[in-house]
Amino acid sequence: DDKLLTEPLSHPDFFSVKDLFTLKDLFNARVHLGHKKGCRHRFMEPYIFGCRLDQDIIDLDQTMQHLQLALNFTAHVAYRGGIILFVSRKRQFCHLIESTARACGEYAHTRYWQGGLLTNAHTQFGPGVRLPDLLVFLSTLNNVFEPHVAIRDAAKMNIPTVGVVDTNCNPCLITYPIPGNDDSPTAMELYCKLFRMTIIRAKDKRRQSEAIEELR
Amino acid sequence: AVGRVLRLCRRWGAAPRAQMLRLICTTTAVQKKNVGASGPEKYTEAFIKKQIEEFNLGKRHLANMMGEDPETFTQEDIDRAIAYLFPSGLFDKQARPMMKHPTEVFPEQRKIQWGEDGRPFHFLFYTGKQSYYSLMHETYEKFLNVLKHQDQLVAEDLPLQKEKRNLAGSRWLTKIELEEMLLEKLSDDDYSRFIQLLQKLVALPCADIEENYIQKFSKKVPVQLQKVVIEPLKYNEQGVAFSTGEGKRKTARATAIVYDNGTGKITVNGTDILHYFPVLQDREQLLFPFQFLGRIGKHDMVCTVSGGGRSAQAGAIRLASAKALRSFVTEKEMEFMRQAGLLTVDPRVKERKKPGQEGPRRKFTWKKR
Repeated sequence: DDKLLTEPLSHPDFFSVKDLFTLKDLFNARVHLGHKKGCRHRFMEPYIFGCRLDQDIIDLDQTMQHLQLALNFTAHVAYRGGIILFVSRKRQFCHLIESTARACGEYAHTRYWQGGLLTNAHTQFGPGVRLPDLLVFLSTLNNVFEPHVAIRDAAKMNIPTVGVVDTNCNPCLITYPIPGNDDSPTAMELYCKLFRMTIIRAKDKRRQSEAIEELR
Repeated sequence: AVGRVLRLCRRWGAAPRAQMLRLICTTTAVQKKNVGASGPEKYTEAFIKKQIEEFNLGKRHLANMMGEDPETFTQEDIDRAIAYLFPSGLFDKQARPMMKHPTEVFPEQRKIQWGEDGRPFHFLFYTGKQSYYSLMHETYEKFLNVLKHQDQLVAEDLPLQKEKRNLAGSRWLTKIELEEMLLEKLSDDDYSRFIQLLQKLVALPCADIEENYIQKFSKKVPVQLQKVVIEPLKYNEQGVAFSTGEGKRKTARATAIVYDNGTGKITVNGTDILHYFPVLQDREQLLFPFQFLGRIGKHDMVCTVSGGGRSAQAGAIRLASAKALRSFVTEKEMEFMRQAGLLTVDPRVKERKKPGQEGPRRKFTWKKR
């Protein structure tokens, strides 16, 4: 059992996350498109490649690195049987994200976030609740263009976060930010596909490893 | 779990035993008010099982007591036996002693929402309102299905189905019914959003595909309009057509039989109208239906009346004769009669006197000092 948990940590890319996407895929899915210059957040300046006709362009090399780190981390969490919660407050992609979560066997929350969900869970749900082990933000802002409450709450409850940060978002409290577009449907479908594939891969690997251990 | 219980015991040292027992069980905390989604973990599964065993045992004992066969002792027999053994004069049926199966007595509870490893069963568990949001998710999925189907039909140049759904005889589920269905408390906003989504789904032309799904949330409204049945004319021995009508006004009740081919003779309680109603106003009231239809000299009338006073009896006979005349008259003329107020029962009755006042409306004389 110990061997099962320590073996993936020795490899840098145990789940071969790098093979899931290329820079060309990101470009075709319009991940590099940011908002206008006026919407730019100060802390996003290191991730921006440049500005063309007032529209910010995100640096896809950095996005590649961040995305690989984030997917690797998600895979490890899924391998160890952690609860992953997909959060987004974009109404357009609510259905897509919920279907993705269902397909992975993980959880989603794309609706109104009740205040004490993470911080007051034992009162809201009951005494024996298990909180999520990873929060994946497919859009960091809520409907009023402010940072989602869940980022702050996860930081309070020591829950690691993975988040897609656009040029108008604050990447501060997110453990694994992924600078990229969160408004285009193609971009969101790409992210959903990538997360789904990583989680399924990780779970399959876990099952295989357990089966091999059983045989011994 | 044990550690948690001990911690709780230390914290709530003064709490009664029932409360400590309650905190051991792990079910979702759902607010009260709705029976189906009532408070957290009041009844555990083990408790309900024990109740069911006790109920079955008690049923057999009762059957033996009544001298009946325990195997074929139905719920109605139980009710009768209890009513016999514990007679109660209480008016409220629910206050009387009753013995029902525990599933009817204890409201449906939501069981524990997560498995042994702590992972919740439902993928929307962390939203708080999992049933409601999963319902919205499903409905939206049906909506997208219908849109896809529509696009396919448009691509193949086939006509979109145009059969109009009859929405007149159906209504959507009320908020309380939906709460019962979902076992979860809803807010008015949530409910209205769900109904709006359903209406959007129904408004699409190809919504017939998801007919089954939509019907889960609609109920038939029974037709309340009752068309007034006009009785056909009856014929007596001489072959003269007649019809009857009943009327009332205040405390007076009257029945009238109107004969055709008459001379305008009216008999009330065996006496002529001139002798029974000496006042002109009452006789005018009696003649009004005939005068309105222009049939003054053409009908005979025999009526019986009781109760009330002079004016009330006149009004009652007027209503009775108007109802009787409906059989002789066309639909258009009947509509005119209805609009003239001849066919409506006069609802005015004497208003009661209220305490602190001299009459129904008159207050006592106001004295300044």
